[in-house]
Amino acid sequence: MEQLDLVIIGGGPAGLAAAVSAWDNGVRSMVILDREAKLGGILEQCIHNGFGIHRFGEELTGPEYAARYIAEAEKRGIPYRLNSMVLDLKTDPATGLKQVTAVSSSDGLMEFSAKAVVLAMGCRERSRGALNIPGTRPAGIYTAGAAQKFVNIKGYMPGTRVVILGSGDIGLIMARRMTLEGAKVEAVCELMPYSGGLNRNIVQCLEDFNIPLKLSHTITAIHGRERVTGVTIAQVDDARRPIPGTEQEIACDTVLLSCGLIPENELSLSANIPLDPVTGGAVTDQYRQTAVPGVFACGNVLHVHDLVDFVSEESALAGKSAADYLQGRLPDGGTLDIKGAGGVRYVVPQKLRLPASEDLRLYFRVGAIYDKVTLTLSCGEKALAVKKRPKVVPGEMETFIVKKETLGNLSGSLTLTLSQEGGIA
Amino acid sequence: MYDVAVIGAGVVGSLIARELCRYRLRVVMLEKADDVAMGTSKANSAIVHAGFDAPVGSNKALFNVRGNQLMEETAAQLEVPFKRNGSLVLAFGPEDEAQLKELLERGIQNGVPGLKILTGGEVRELEPAVSEKVTAALLAPTGGIVCPYELTIAACGNAMDNGAALKTGFEVKKADQSGEGWQLTAASGETVAARFVVNAAGLFSDQVAALFGDDDIHVSPRQGEYMLLDKTQGKTVSRTLFQTPSAMGKGILVTPTVDGNLLLGPTSVDVDSKEDLSTTKDGLDTVAAMAAKSVPSVSLRSVITSFTGLRACSDIHDFILRPSKKSPHVLQLSGIESPGLSAAPALAKEAVRLLGEMGCPLEDNPNFDPHRAHPPKFAALNNEERAALIAKDPRYGRIVCRCETVTEGEIVQAIHRNPPARSLDAVKRRTRTGMGRCQGGFCTPVAVELLARELGIPPEEVTKAGGASRLLTGKTKSTGGKLDGTA
Repeated sequence: MEQLDLVIIGGGPAGLAAAVSAWDNGVRSMVILDREAKLGGILEQCIHNGFGIHRFGEELTGPEYAARYIAEAEKRGIPYRLNSMVLDLKTDPATGLKQVTAVSSSDGLMEFSAKAVVLAMGCRERSRGALNIPGTRPAGIYTAGAAQKFVNIKGYMPGTRVVILGSGDIGLIMARRMTLEGAKVEAVCELMPYSGGLNRNIVQCLEDFNIPLKLSHTITAIHGRERVTGVTIAQVDDARRPIPGTEQEIACDTVLLSCGLIPENELSLSANIPLDPVTGGAVTDQYRQTAVPGVFACGNVLHVHDLVDFVSEESALAGKSAADYLQGRLPDGGTLDIKGAGGVRYVVPQKLRLPASEDLRLYFRVGAIYDKVTLTLSCGEKALAVKKRPKVVPGEMETFIVKKETLGNLSGSLTLTLSQEGGIA
Repeated sequence: MYDVAVIGAGVVGSLIARELCRYRLRVVMLEKADDVAMGTSKANSAIVHAGFDAPVGSNKALFNVRGNQLMEETAAQLEVPFKRNGSLVLAFGPEDEAQLKELLERGIQNGVPGLKILTGGEVRELEPAVSEKVTAALLAPTGGIVCPYELTIAACGNAMDNGAALKTGFEVKKADQSGEGWQLTAASGETVAARFVVNAAGLFSDQVAALFGDDDIHVSPRQGEYMLLDKTQGKTVSRTLFQTPSAMGKGILVTPTVDGNLLLGPTSVDVDSKEDLSTTKDGLDTVAAMAAKSVPSVSLRSVITSFTGLRACSDIHDFILRPSKKSPHVLQLSGIESPGLSAAPALAKEAVRLLGEMGCPLEDNPNFDPHRAHPPKFAALNNEERAALIAKDPRYGRIVCRCETVTEGEIVQAIHRNPPARSLDAVKRRTRTGMGRCQGGFCTPVAVELLARELGIPPEEVTKAGGASRLLTGKTKSTGGKLDGTA
């Protein structure tokens, strides 16, 4: 059993930023555990550009963005172990120590006892099974990320004629990537009346290549016995039910799914860390500390981000918080709940730890497209902050900053409410 | 020249082949698919029925009760997980309760031990998730669960370890009498000669029977759709919950699986095609609604996959197990629908007994080993065992499927061990790679790579399930492809 101050689970953008920040705030006894053969996480297969505009003020590819953080970690000599899969995370209630069990071919079974842990495991893609798409089960059905790995890392094509279900960013990126590699992308179908992806990706990945985006459409059946031979698509009504008579057959040999990401919290569950049913990630306070003292979470394992820049920012915060925890510097005046209301689907963090000594930065997502909205953070009857936005959309994470001066003498809970003149449509 | 050719490597054919290996016989299994357990044995309720449902005196009743008793020993010898979790038939009112009494009576006559009718309150004490609307239930403590394809793979593998041969991709198209036996010709033109033939071709057993002149055997497919839920839901119930049966089957069941998932289904729809395994929106909606009738809290947010199975129903609604009426040295098995899996170990013994009667010499094979060790299952080991395994073979330290904790070592084993896995789905059935909540999203590229490496073929030739089910269509323009064993 190796004794450490901090174990960071995951060496993608979240784990790297947390590690660098923890080091810079004084932590030395630490390790990053990653299941892949290389640090960088999913960024390694994201060879398109557009990463780092906020963080570095320039457009980098995924591997380039990762390389900058890997270089920072290497420069500090932060230890890491690759090809190492964490199998179990447990907390000893008596000592508060966290037991991390991992495995690799070279090191065999590894056991760590740590005072603090940062969860940075990232997320997975929603599968065909979870979507319950009827039809056959032939070869040629992939999540967009699996297809991306085949094309960008392995150098193999998963298909030649493609229909993409879901307009999440990976789906949009893969529409362009498959086209550039000579495949024909017949259509991108999106169940909702709006895209879940970034606007810049719709322009650069679909419109520039004349790939049709069919909003309010879904795949109602997949055909083909051995390999996919086609799909039936149909328009859906306001309740997202297929409208009879709108069915259309599209011949294709491949279906790519880009229907949402799910934080990978199996380890968190094994450690009895409470999750938020909306985000699928842990419930945390503004320090990104979970309900288990000394366990922090950041990046896509906490909630799914649109931009890696914000993953890095959040993870640097989690890394610093872990360092503060280890040095007994986190405040301990209890917590207040923070909730979303109106059109606000979720708010991260879900707790405010008192006393609040810094400005509070809330991240949230809305459930639909709203124009000209007013956002109000209130505590009971009292409005603490009010902001107006011309437009908010589900595909883009929003921020809401509250000055620390307004956060004194609070009790009860905080609510972030979205409102429109004349009520929410 | 083989002594016995078994046509069809489903659960029945594989167990018959294994049973034949107890004697000094040269046995071959002929399977048209690329792997064993590819028909009805692959997709069914995975239930070992107690045996109260089948009509008194029927083959179904006789072999179900016997098979249930034999399953324990068979599963233990083959190291296949089998659990006597017990079953409950739920009643939702007086009409259903009258049916429970009939089932109880029938069960007693069929020789099913331990049957008992419980009140609604007693049911919910045993299974707190059961609906408040349940008024009574029939408890059958001998009911159980088993993984049907794991049982088939293990039985086939054990037969092969004892000398039986397996030919996959061998679809028997022609049967010619030659000397005292038969020459069987595959669609590919390949031939096999055997003195005795056993038809265990499941859904296609009527077509095979007709090759031997038995044109009075008819099989019609009946579809059943299922949904499988994540392991987080696996403890929703501990027993198998049936609803009172109707002419179309045993209602929608809710059951844990031996792997710890929760299984809902099946629907029951007569269809024309013996190949159509597609799911439908209506079918899945029916499964969801009917499952919620038994267990209102069942969470469809946790569905990880859905699938369709085909039952091989005969027009006489009973198992057919008899020598051919038209051809010598041919044993016909047909109509092995539910409770076929439960009955399979008993059907296998009876088939061999009948072959003996038909003149097949049953001379004891002193070298027969009924035991097949399950290959190492990393996820099921404790940490000391894991450390020891990795020390011996580092490939057990590389996790390929993170959801089910499957290692490279297990996948390599599956590709090389009897019966060898030749496709992604074959690896999946043997190791659970890709069977977890991400459904292969992360591990598929690595599993393809391992199959290509171990089989010595280019990645483009790796299939999902044999035939034309290739997973990749070619190399990219930019790299020319470089699956080189690195992740």
